[in-house]
Amino acid sequence: MPSNTRGVFSLIIINKAGGLIYQREFQSGLRNLSTNDYLVLAGTFHGVHAITRSITPKIPIAQPAPSPTTSSTGTTAPTASGYSYPNPGVPVSGLDYLETDKFRLTCFQTLTGTKFLLFTDPLTGSVDTIIQKIYELYADYVMKNPFYQIEMPVRCEAFDRHLGAWLRGRA
Amino acid sequence: MAAPPRHATMQSISNGSTAQGTDRPQTQQTPQAQLSQQSPGLRVPSNRKTIYDRHLNRSRNAELSRASFAFLFGEMVTYAQRRVTGIQDLEKRLNEQGYPLGLRLLDLLFYRSTSTSSSALSSSSTSSSPPNRPLRIITLLHLIHGPLWRLLFNRAADALEHSVSPDTPNEYMITDNDPMVNTYISAPRDMSMLNCAAYVAGIIEGVCDGCGFETKVSAHNQPTELWPSRTVFLVRFGDPVMEREKVLERAGVK
Repeated sequence: MPSNTRGVFSLIIINKAGGLIYQREFQSGLRNLSTNDYLVLAGTFHGVHAITRSITPKIPIAQPAPSPTTSSTGTTAPTASGYSYPNPGVPVSGLDYLETDKFRLTCFQTLTGTKFLLFTDPLTGSVDTIIQKIYELYADYVMKNPFYQIEMPVRCEAFDRHLGAWLRGRA
Repeated sequence: MAAPPRHATMQSISNGSTAQGTDRPQTQQTPQAQLSQQSPGLRVPSNRKTIYDRHLNRSRNAELSRASFAFLFGEMVTYAQRRVTGIQDLEKRLNEQGYPLGLRLLDLLFYRSTSTSSSALSSSSTSSSPPNRPLRIITLLHLIHGPLWRLLFNRAADALEHSVSPDTPNEYMITDNDPMVNTYISAPRDMSMLNCAAYVAGIIEGVCDGCGFETKVSAHNQPTELWPSRTVFLVRFGDPVMEREKVLERAGVK
């Protein structure tokens, strides 16, 4: 992989019902999936995310159980001590990131249940900043657009434009 | 098409206020009585200071949240979209929403420009009364390009041009490279002709009509690579205005 990669491979946005509402690639040469496959991917991830959240253990001995594939490790955030969650005030989150040798999938779930999935190079730093910025752009150019219907696929030219420009600017 | 509905609108505005009085005679009371009597719809603060008690210049440099405006304007677009048949119909509705605002805004604009610097309005009516109403087209357009834009968007518009075609000497163009109303709006692909700045076009139309210039204003997309939401407001003056303009030019009125 050339050294000048900007590290962000692709972005997927999943609505709170598990439907794919946005998918975009930021680099050429990625393996293309059919639209249907992306829909399946989004739905599957939505389910896995829900599972990882619900199996968050309350007992201290339990290590986060899910290791469904050999190449990836699912990590649930809280590891328990005692018979409750470590931080009772913090809501239980599901899968936060998933890492392989070649890429890292970061999941950010908003308070309203929309999920942003960002595929990046494992070496890319400050992924949180990137996701926060994407969320901000989403809030601005998607949610403030009167022609956008909630929970429907995102087709907002201004969002595409600003997202692309911002990621190019960081490169 | 422009004149009759417009004048109808103006009449309906004035009729509306008088009709209210005749329909509900109990509201025709002395101001004191009105103040003391709490109308159910209007809430008056406990210290009796309503928005009408404030000085007009108080909100002069006040800033408004861009996000709240974006949401409000988005709702206006959604509302206008609810009962329309096509893009032109939608733009017409947005235009109609802006028109009364332009009419009302004009007074505030004059008030504020005269109270600070009358140089901003370089109009010269023969009567030397302070609120100088623009008489010539160019003066009016400069008023829109500069003071009106600054009042609305806190910056001047980007360009002001006269139509080069000899067939349409009554057409002028005001360009805004990045209209604030369109910042967060992306029209769907099947409505790519739509420009929600038709609302601003309505405001301009109201200002022109308030000054006594019969006008038709429309907003058009003219994107460039640098300015994807560049908008041109096409101002078309009516024939009576152009005739008067010629007379005024001969008379040497500026």
